Amino acid sequence: MSRFSIFSLARNAMSWHQNWPRQWRSPNPKPEYDVVIIGAGGHGLATAYYLAKEHGITNVAVIEKGWLGGGNTGRNTTIVRSNYLWDESGLFYENAMKLWENLSIELNYNVMFSQRGVMNLAHNLGDVRESVRRVNANNLNGIDAEWLNAEQVKEFCPIINISKDSRYPVMGATLQRRGGTARHDAVAWGYARGADEMGVDVIQNCEVQGMMIENGVVKGVRTSLGDIKAKKVAMACAGHTSVVADMAGIRLPIESHPLQALVSEPMKPVLDCVVMSNAVHVYVSQSDKGELVMGAGIDSYVGYSQRGSLHVIEDQLASAMELFPLFSRTRMMRSWGGIVDTCPDASPVIGKTPVKNLYVNAGWGTGGFKATPGAGWCYAHTIAKDEPHDLNAAFSIDRFISGALVDEHGAAGVAH
Amino acid sequence: MLYIKCPFCGDRDETEYHYGGEAHIARPENPDELTDAEWAEYVFMRTNTKGVHRERWVHSDGCRRWFNVARNTVTNEIVSVYKTGEKPDLPEASTSKPAPAKKTSAKKKEGA
Amino acid sequence: MTEQFRTTQGSRVDRSKAINFTFNGKNYKGVEGDTLASALIANGVHLVGRSFKTHRPRGILTCGSEEPNAIIQLETGPRSEPNLRATQVELYEGLSAKSVNCWPSVNFDIAAVNAIAGRIFVAGFYYKTFMKPSSLWMTVWEPAIRRMAGLGVLPREKDPDTYDHMNEFCEVMVVGSGPAGLSAALAAGRTGARVVLCDEHPEFGGTLLNTKEIIDGKPAQEWVKTAVAELEAMDNVRLLKRANAFGYYDHNYITVHERRTDHFGPGAKPELTRQRIWHFRSKQVVLATGSHERPLVFADNDRPGTMLAAAGQTYANRYGALPGRRGVVFTNNDSAYSVAIDLVDAGMDIPTVVDLREVVDGDLPNTARKKGIEVITGSGIVATLGRKRVKGVEIATVSSDGSQVTGTKRKIDCDTILSSGGWSPAVHLFSQSIGKLRYDEEKVCFVPNVSSQNERTVGACKGSFDLQSALDEGAAAGAAAAKDTGFGKGKAPASPKALVVEEKPIKAYWVVPTDHPVGQGKRKHFVDFQHDVTAADIMLAAREGMHSVEHMKRYTTTGMATDQGKLSNVNGLAILSSQLEKAIPKVGTTTFRPPYTPVNFGALAGRGINGDLADPVRRTPMYSWHLENGATFEPVGQWQRAWYYPKAGEDMHAAVTRETAALRDGVGILDASTLGKIDIQGKDAAKFLNLIYTNAWLKLPVGMCRYGFMLKEDGMVFDDGVTSRLGENHFHMTTTTGGAAGVLDWLEEYLQTEWPDLEVYCTSVTEEWSTLSIGGPKARQLLEELAPDMDFSNENFPFMAWRDGVVAGVDARVFRISFTGDLSYEINVRNWHGLHLWKKCMELGEKYDITPYGTETMHVLRAEKGFVIVGQETDGTQTPQDLGMDWIVAKKKGDFVGRRSFIREDTARADRKQLVGLMTDNPKEVLTEGAQLTYERVNPTPAPMVGHVTSSYWSPNLDHSIAMALVKDGHNRMGQWIYAHDRGKVTKVKIVSPVFYDPKGERRDG
Repeated sequence: MSRFSIFSLARNAMSWHQNWPRQWRSPNPKPEYDVVIIGAGGHGLATAYYLAKEHGITNVAVIEKGWLGGGNTGRNTTIVRSNYLWDESGLFYENAMKLWENLSIELNYNVMFSQRGVMNLAHNLGDVRESVRRVNANNLNGIDAEWLNAEQVKEFCPIINISKDSRYPVMGATLQRRGGTARHDAVAWGYARGADEMGVDVIQNCEVQGMMIENGVVKGVRTSLGDIKAKKVAMACAGHTSVVADMAGIRLPIESHPLQALVSEPMKPVLDCVVMSNAVHVYVSQSDKGELVMGAGIDSYVGYSQRGSLHVIEDQLASAMELFPLFSRTRMMRSWGGIVDTCPDASPVIGKTPVKNLYVNAGWGTGGFKATPGAGWCYAHTIAKDEPHDLNAAFSIDRFISGALVDEHGAAGVAH
Repeated sequence: MLYIKCPFCGDRDETEYHYGGEAHIARPENPDELTDAEWAEYVFMRTNTKGVHRERWVHSDGCRRWFNVARNTVTNEIVSVYKTGEKPDLPEASTSKPAPAKKTSAKKKEGA
Repeated sequence: MTEQFRTTQGSRVDRSKAINFTFNGKNYKGVEGDTLASALIANGVHLVGRSFKTHRPRGILTCGSEEPNAIIQLETGPRSEPNLRATQVELYEGLSAKSVNCWPSVNFDIAAVNAIAGRIFVAGFYYKTFMKPSSLWMTVWEPAIRRMAGLGVLPREKDPDTYDHMNEFCEVMVVGSGPAGLSAALAAGRTGARVVLCDEHPEFGGTLLNTKEIIDGKPAQEWVKTAVAELEAMDNVRLLKRANAFGYYDHNYITVHERRTDHFGPGAKPELTRQRIWHFRSKQVVLATGSHERPLVFADNDRPGTMLAAAGQTYANRYGALPGRRGVVFTNNDSAYSVAIDLVDAGMDIPTVVDLREVVDGDLPNTARKKGIEVITGSGIVATLGRKRVKGVEIATVSSDGSQVTGTKRKIDCDTILSSGGWSPAVHLFSQSIGKLRYDEEKVCFVPNVSSQNERTVGACKGSFDLQSALDEGAAAGAAAAKDTGFGKGKAPASPKALVVEEKPIKAYWVVPTDHPVGQGKRKHFVDFQHDVTAADIMLAAREGMHSVEHMKRYTTTGMATDQGKLSNVNGLAILSSQLEKAIPKVGTTTFRPPYTPVNFGALAGRGINGDLADPVRRTPMYSWHLENGATFEPVGQWQRAWYYPKAGEDMHAAVTRETAALRDGVGILDASTLGKIDIQGKDAAKFLNLIYTNAWLKLPVGMCRYGFMLKEDGMVFDDGVTSRLGENHFHMTTTTGGAAGVLDWLEEYLQTEWPDLEVYCTSVTEEWSTLSIGGPKARQLLEELAPDMDFSNENFPFMAWRDGVVAGVDARVFRISFTGDLSYEINVRNWHGLHLWKKCMELGEKYDITPYGTETMHVLRAEKGFVIVGQETDGTQTPQDLGMDWIVAKKKGDFVGRRSFIREDTARADRKQLVGLMTDNPKEVLTEGAQLTYERVNPTPAPMVGHVTSSYWSPNLDHSIAMALVKDGHNRMGQWIYAHDRGKVTKVKIVSPVFYDPKGERRDG
């Protein structure tokens, strides 16, 4: 692999960029691998990368129904933060955050991780209470978090409307300064290139059609390119996890829903941080290209269509405009949908399954992108050692049986 | 914006309804007889069908009645709408693969 | 300035009505009917913008919404708008616009120095650099990129305009008003069906307004006029112009963005909403959305003066604005010859048509030849001259496979290049409807193949590019669509006869060679103009392994500019397919996503941004009194609740101290009307409650009340409230304020889907009743005065009972329940009596110094008694046992919702987080709600947290702060000292019972 740098760019410019090598190969599948990972999204590719790098397991295939990075990796609003409430989540995402902070150099691929700060707004007394609770939990877990009152919110993000006349006035916000955004495609591409260099086969246009299971032990996968044997098989297929798990006879506590996002036309910078408001369903940042990138609420119904309903976007923009009145005269340039796999407790499942040597990593809801390096890192450990790392031990399927859920819906906000 | 035909009120926009999740998961009659895993199966596990999905909706802003919808989760085509307590067969072509047989499940009543 | 390029020919402008406007600080004149672009062209202005990355000079390329170059900032001040396309902006008197993203001017743009490093700025260069040291990314590189990027500037002021949402049904929705759309609308409209015809342009007629087609022997525009007049006369037809159908959603839901006032100028029509979003639910849809001309990809094809051929034709025919004095037409198909002919007729010098095809013998080329136009076949433009305006072209014969220049170059002077690379049907809406596309090798474009919804595609959008087909298909589709909805017999009316000139086949030719290999020299072949993506960039992406069309798009940013690939997508994927040596259909196309063209955020938000209209505000009947008496309000769900009632000079602390004292020593009054109320009737009502609540209900006597918890099936508390038995089969349930709607849905869900055999009826009565809670030691005295006929003695009206009676002269239901621990009555009267009763209470209570109190005092009082608030002490992870309320869980009654979950391993743990009270060492110190708790003072990181403070108040009655908390194993740790952490501050606290006040409940009876 040729190293990427300003010097290699300049050198290649001399030869009109004719000599750049391929960033990854297009190999045909081998008959057998130590590990087959289903799904070449950010999670699957990161898992392959860390299997090779941290555990020396390089006889790995990542197989992908479509194009690598084409699922939720390439459809999200690219927000990265680690300010989760519960210890299990907070420590997991903080490990991911630390990996993010060095990811461009680690991968020799600029993923444009930009720690411009993430604010989570509070709009009522219940929000305030839960926000402070989360800030304190974060601080004690070693995760940076601050509480800002309304005036401090305005200082940090001058275009925000903190008027008391708003329908749901801003009463304050939590701020994670180390949070921010990254370039989603580059994350998939960087991991693909890194994994490929260490010998991992990334096989696109290869659809899993069945599982080979003998006596409760997985032996491989049946694909559109033929059977592939594997000592271990790991699912990393987000919204389609239920479909793939079903091939192994496994039922999961997961439902897949449409989740929409949109971008505006590009404009000169107006917003230099990420602003999130769960209460009024607004998630917004401005990309380096100048587009406002916004996430809408989850559509209520199960859906694999990668499309949602316009009223969800209309409601979301109305809320956004209340917070940012100056957005009114920009325009929505493109909207799209992803398929988010949601768990009942808004936390993921990452661990072993009832089928031996078959592993699952799913149920990330809206949190999958920010988890990418951490999920790959922990999942690789789980696969290599056949047991979860401390950081993902709490996220087993068994918690739905024992009742030890990790409920990250936040306080229900039911008022008396 | 889906357009759903309430069996009692007729065609209405999606925004008049609330989605109620997978249909035909009957509450076990004797939860005490279930293992924790069987109970979890009822409370948490879902088929999450890609294809024709039988699901429940409630006409919240209308008659407040619950009913069932068979909808293709890929195309959003609504194949059938039917009342609670019914479970019509669907055309062969439109049915997706059924959930795997559940050997562990306790006796359950059908039809809810 | 005069309009040197204005002719006498423009069919849709009125030369007698001059309009003054300003562009980039210079004054110009246009005429009525102009767009900003046509007026600029009439004035000879082509340099209107700079490209995104290397700031190359750019001119007007198109005449429609697909324009990538002529992006302008319209006006200044609060009505300024960024990124509008000059090709769509209708001219009005006094219009002022400027180019975006160039400084100091479009003519001299400093950032054009970027071009010097342009050899490095290839596709994806930013992924390969700016990595080390990582600190520089955030501090230097990214800020620089952000400053450079972005087009226009958002006004900082609040938008003074308003926007509306409309909802409508129709039988047949026709999108696009060209020949196909008009025919369809006529055919459908004549059946009497409700028809909607919308078009993004200011006039109906589509391409017929741009060309010189003949219908029934007369200029086509006469047919348009007649057709529109007929449609306008039909009551069943709605016509929407300036209305962009931007989305085709599920179940034939078409969304349209209508611009109502922009063409009058900013703020000129204050009585109208500026824009509207229409939501049409249509039984049948006819898509007649036309097609987009593709530019040819040749060396330096971005010089100002380069234009799509049909755009040049439009400017001349429609607006009477010549694109230049002398133009060269460059094409691979016959359609461009009609452009050459029209331009010559309009007075422009068109010496040459350069055609990539070897054999050119169609009727149109032959007509052109007769007009003295030289047709050069098998050749291409291999270089262009000029920088801020085309000065000439170099042409040469080129190989048929596009690999090289084969002949010697010949130079032709010109100021305009008109290029046509063929036509791409505007399949955006069809594709959004999940219709499947097919690649048509002969027509060299993607066309609709299989419909997915009740939809028909007609005319150019279907790949039927000749006028007669458009007319015929439109009429047939309109009639058939109407028939499918029960109107008419489906027979298409005879369509008029168009004068059709047969066209010879197009030749696919994706990159025109130049004198050096593509990408290996100075000349650039632009594919995506706004984003500066060249053919070389796409080839580089392919070399680097970006083989999926989506990878190519994302790596090079092809199709991601404001035109969303309308011009670039097909060219881009064709270049990729040739690099991969795969057929175009095998490479596939990217997904078309809404919106078709960009839609204002303000319009999408509609009226929802204006305060109360964002979400309904719910107020109780006594709201006016609270307001008049200085209450501060707290939003609770949609409700506005009185928070506290400060008197002059009081802060919240002082007000709450005064209010709490009144409750403990005198009498207080609370507006509790917001509590959810559900009327439950039926012979199985008690049985139902027994299943829904955790405690036993069968034996509750009529006349009595009971407090209950509802759980979700996971065993966690979900709502609480007091429910009273009004009759054998009749109950009155109360819920939390925020939970009311959810609880009703919950009850109905179980009733209808799990236990349909139970005969129970639930009705929301929240707003039927006003609820006034009167509490304190003097409450009984006041009640006795208010309701002299009722008996309030403890014997006859005990705690947890309710009685009917007349209170303050009106019928009332009085509940003796208490959320404060003191003697307390909740009086329910009909909603419309609420204010009357409240005022009467204040009047009669004056001698007791009756004190109105709000939610804050209520919270303090209930916390003194250790009463939980669902949503504050609970967050969806607490069982009743966790809250120390085992007593509320019936052990013997059998099953109820959530019960089974109690015995799960984790739920049955003895050391779960449990509700306790906390007392600080320093009585004056009030803990922060949300403080986290640890057993030890000093902790490692991460610290072992054991719980958090859920509620914390200053208790004036105890003269001590109090707090409630959830603490791991808390019930076994009474008396132990633990530590509360709030942003660095550590406070030592003692675990105590959460019942701080009157633990024996002696005050309850007054």
